[in-house]
Amino acid sequence: MAFHFKESPAPKEEVLADGTVVTRTCAWSPPGCHAVGCGLKLFVKDGKLQKVEGDPDHQLTQGRLCPRCLALKEAVYHPDRILYPMKRAKENRGLNKWERISWDEATELIVTKTEEIRAKYGSESICIYMGTGREAVRYGFTLGAKVLRTPNNCYAQSGWSCMGPRQTAMTMMLGSAYIELDYGGGYLDVWDSPDFVAPDYVFCLGKEPLKSNPDGLWGHALIEIMKRGSKLIMVDPRMNWLATRADQVLQLIPGTDAALVLAILNVLINEDLVDHDFIDKWCYGFDELKERVQEYTPEFAAKTCGITAEEIVTCARKLGYDGKHHWSLLMGVAVDQNPNGCQVTQGLIAMAAITGNLDVPGGTVVGVQMQFEMTGCTDSMTEELKNKCIGWDTYPIVKVLLNTTHPDITLEALETGRPYELKMAWFDSTNLLSPTCSAQPKRWHDALMKMEFVVAKEMFMTPTVMALADVVLPLATWAEHDGIVMTNQGCQMGIAGAINKALQVGECKSDLEMLVHFGNAFLDDYPFKTVQEYLIDDVGKLGTTWEELSEKVVAINDIGGYRKHERGLIRADGQVGFQTATGRVELWATGYNRMGDEPLPYYFPPKLGAEARPDLAKEYPLTCTTGARYYASFHSEHRQIPSLRRLTPAPYIEIHPKVAAELGINTGDEVTIENPWGSCHEIAKVTPIVREDVVSVAHGWWYPEEDGEEPNLFGVWKSNINSLVPHRVLGKMGFGAPYKQLPVKIYKTPVEEQILRGKGEYHG
Amino acid sequence: MAKVGLMIDYEYCTGCQSCELACKNEHGFGHDKWGIKMQEFGPYEMESKKLEWNYLPFPTSYCDLCETRVNDGGIPSCVLHCLANVIEWGPVDELAKRLDAKGSKAVIFLP
Repeated sequence: MAFHFKESPAPKEEVLADGTVVTRTCAWSPPGCHAVGCGLKLFVKDGKLQKVEGDPDHQLTQGRLCPRCLALKEAVYHPDRILYPMKRAKENRGLNKWERISWDEATELIVTKTEEIRAKYGSESICIYMGTGREAVRYGFTLGAKVLRTPNNCYAQSGWSCMGPRQTAMTMMLGSAYIELDYGGGYLDVWDSPDFVAPDYVFCLGKEPLKSNPDGLWGHALIEIMKRGSKLIMVDPRMNWLATRADQVLQLIPGTDAALVLAILNVLINEDLVDHDFIDKWCYGFDELKERVQEYTPEFAAKTCGITAEEIVTCARKLGYDGKHHWSLLMGVAVDQNPNGCQVTQGLIAMAAITGNLDVPGGTVVGVQMQFEMTGCTDSMTEELKNKCIGWDTYPIVKVLLNTTHPDITLEALETGRPYELKMAWFDSTNLLSPTCSAQPKRWHDALMKMEFVVAKEMFMTPTVMALADVVLPLATWAEHDGIVMTNQGCQMGIAGAINKALQVGECKSDLEMLVHFGNAFLDDYPFKTVQEYLIDDVGKLGTTWEELSEKVVAINDIGGYRKHERGLIRADGQVGFQTATGRVELWATGYNRMGDEPLPYYFPPKLGAEARPDLAKEYPLTCTTGARYYASFHSEHRQIPSLRRLTPAPYIEIHPKVAAELGINTGDEVTIENPWGSCHEIAKVTPIVREDVVSVAHGWWYPEEDGEEPNLFGVWKSNINSLVPHRVLGKMGFGAPYKQLPVKIYKTPVEEQILRGKGEYHG
Repeated sequence: MAKVGLMIDYEYCTGCQSCELACKNEHGFGHDKWGIKMQEFGPYEMESKKLEWNYLPFPTSYCDLCETRVNDGGIPSCVLHCLANVIEWGPVDELAKRLDAKGSKAVIFLP
C-alpha cells in the first residue's frame, strides 16, 4: 500500500473575500453512493451550504460530478430531513406519532433497552441490518460486533446476491478481495499516464458501470479508456446505451451466463488460445477444467443463451491469448443475482487466468485485502457466541467469507423463532422494505414487527423506519462529517480520500460519530473518545496520517502495481503466488469443494425458467430482469430530491415493441407485473433495447410524497418488484437468488385498478 | 477574435444530465429553465440488432457560456462537470480543428 499525493494541490480550505469558506472533500454517503470518493468543493457561508462544485484537483474525477452530487444542497436542506433523534411508542409503529428527544435521552433509552434484551435473551437476540455500499458498512461490522456485541450482522438480500457469488470465486480462486477493470487507477495521471496500457478489449458481463459507480469503480473511467482505444464486449439482455458503443454485444437470455462463459472457455482451450506459461507457473487444475468444458460447446450455449454459436466463437477469439493483446474483465451484480452465480464468476476468472490477463497492465487488476474491519471484528468474541450467528450451520460459506448471517435463514429465524428468537433490530442505513434488497419484503415486514425494540439511523423517514422503528437517529450527509473513503475499501488501485466536514445540520451525526458515541455509551473501555482519535488511528495504519490526508484531500493508492503474485504482494505470508490452499489460481477450486459445491464450474438452467419449470412458463411467459440503474438515484435513495425526481419521475418497465403491440400497451400506460409470488405496477416504456422475451423492471421505488403511515407506507408496495422474487431459491452454497430471471406476465392495468396515476409527471 | 462556442462529442455523451444541473446551480435557474438541456435521439432499430441512440446536450438562449465564471478565470460549469468530459469550450476556429481531428459524431454550438 502506497499513497501518492499530487504536488501542491489546492489547500483543504480557502476563505473567499465575502467570507465564504470553500472546503475540498470527497463524497460517499449519505445520500448514497458506493465508495467512490468523487472530489467536491463545498461553498459554505455563515454555516450554510451555498453551492457545490467539482474539484478539478481530484486526480480521478477531475471536477466531474453526477447529478446526485450536483443536487446535494437539495438533500442537505430538504424539508423532510430527520434533524433530531425521535422516539415512538411500540404500539404506534406505522403511525406518524414521533416525538423529538435529546441525544442524551435517545442514548439512555437505547443502552437501557439493549442491555435489558441482552440480559433476558442473550446478545445473539440482537441483529444489525446493513444496506449496500454505503459508508455505514465501513463501521457497521464494528458497531454490531464490538458495541452491540452481537454475532448477527445481516445483509438482507436473498442469497447475498450482491457480492456473495463474486466474493466466493475471487476469494477461493485467487485469495483477492476484489478484481477490477484496469483504467490506470494506480497512476497519479490515471489513464493519461505514459505507463498506462489501455486494455485491447473490455469484457463486460452483467454490468453497466456508468450510472452507479458499482462497487467503487468510477464508471466513466470506462469511457476514458474507450476514447483511448479499448473495445467493449457487452453481455447483457438489454442493449443499453453503452452497448451501442460496443464492438460486440451478446444479448443473452437472463440467467444463462454460465453456459456462455463455459462455451467461451471451450473455444479458448480447444483452439489453444491460452497462455501456457502462466497456466504452468500459476494455475491449478487446468486439465480438469479442459475436460469439464468439453460438454459446453458453442452450439450448446447458443441454444441455451438465445444467441448464435458464431457470436460465441468470434467473442472467444477476440479474448484469446496471442502474446500481445490484453483484455480486462468487468463483472457486475447480475452475476450475483443468479443461483448459478458462483459458477459464472468461477468461469470468468478462469477466462482471465488462462489467457494471461490476470494482474498485467491492460488486464484485470487483482486486488489485495480490504482496509476495514469485517471478518476480524468478531475476533474477541467467544467462540460460543460467534458460532450462534444465524445460518452458519446451513451455509458455512457466510462464516468463511463474510462474517454475517445468511439472509434467507435470518428471515426464517425471524418468522419461526428457530434456532432462537431475535428480539432487537438495528437498521444501519438500510431501507429493506423498499424493493432494493430483501426478497419477499412483506414477509420481512411482518417478521420484523415482532421485534421488542428497533433502532434506525436515517436521513429521511423511509417506509422501513416508519413501519418498524421505535427510535430513529438523524444521519449526517457526507458534507457534514469527517471520514475516509477508499476505492473498493482500499483493496484496489484507485483513490484514498478524506471526507472533510464543512457544515453541521440539526443534531445529525455520521455513521462514524455514532460508532464512537455508542462505543462510549455502551463500553467503559472503548478506545476512542472522538472521531478525530478514531481517524488518526484508522488512517495511521495505512501509511499516511489523517492530518496529511485531510489536508491534501485525496491520494492515489497503487496497491503495489501489477504482477503482485510474482513479488509476494498477494499472500499474507509474503510468499509469491496467490492466497489459496495451493498458492495458485485454483481453476479446480479446493474452497468450493470444501464448502460443498463442485470444484469445477458448471451450468444449470435458470431454476424458474422454461426448461426447469414449464408449468410456470405457460402462464408467465416473460422473463423479468430488475435493477437497471439510473443517474438520478442510488437504489431507494433520492426519490424526494426535486431536481433528481424530475430526471426520472416514475418507475419504468421496459417492454419490446413487438410484445407491447401484442398486449396493447403503449409508452406511458400503467402496467401490472405478476407472478405466483406477487404483483406490482410500473409505467410502460416501449423500447427495442430489451429482448422480445424479456422485460426490465425498475427497482428501488417508493413515493415519499404519499401518505407515510400504515398500510400505505409511502406507497412502498405499489411498485415493489421484490415482492415477485421468491424466498431461498439459491445455489448450492446458499448464494445467488433469481432477482434477474423472474417468470412474469404483464398486462395493461385496467383503469379501476390503476394506482400510479400522475406518477409520470412529478412536480413535488 | 473568433467567437466562443461549445463542441460536444456525442459519440461519448452518456446522457447523465450533469450539464443541466451544473448550469442551473451556476445560474440559479429554477426547475423549468435551462441553459443547456440534454436531448435524446433513439433508441431506433434502423437495422436489425443495431440501435441508433445518441444523447446531445443542447444549449438554450439562456447559455451565456458562464461569462461570470470565465471572467473570474474559470471555465463554464457544464464543461467542468461533464462526466464523460465531452464538452469542450473555446474559440470556434480552434474547435473546428478539433472537430476535424475527431472525425465524426461531434458538433459545435454557438449559443
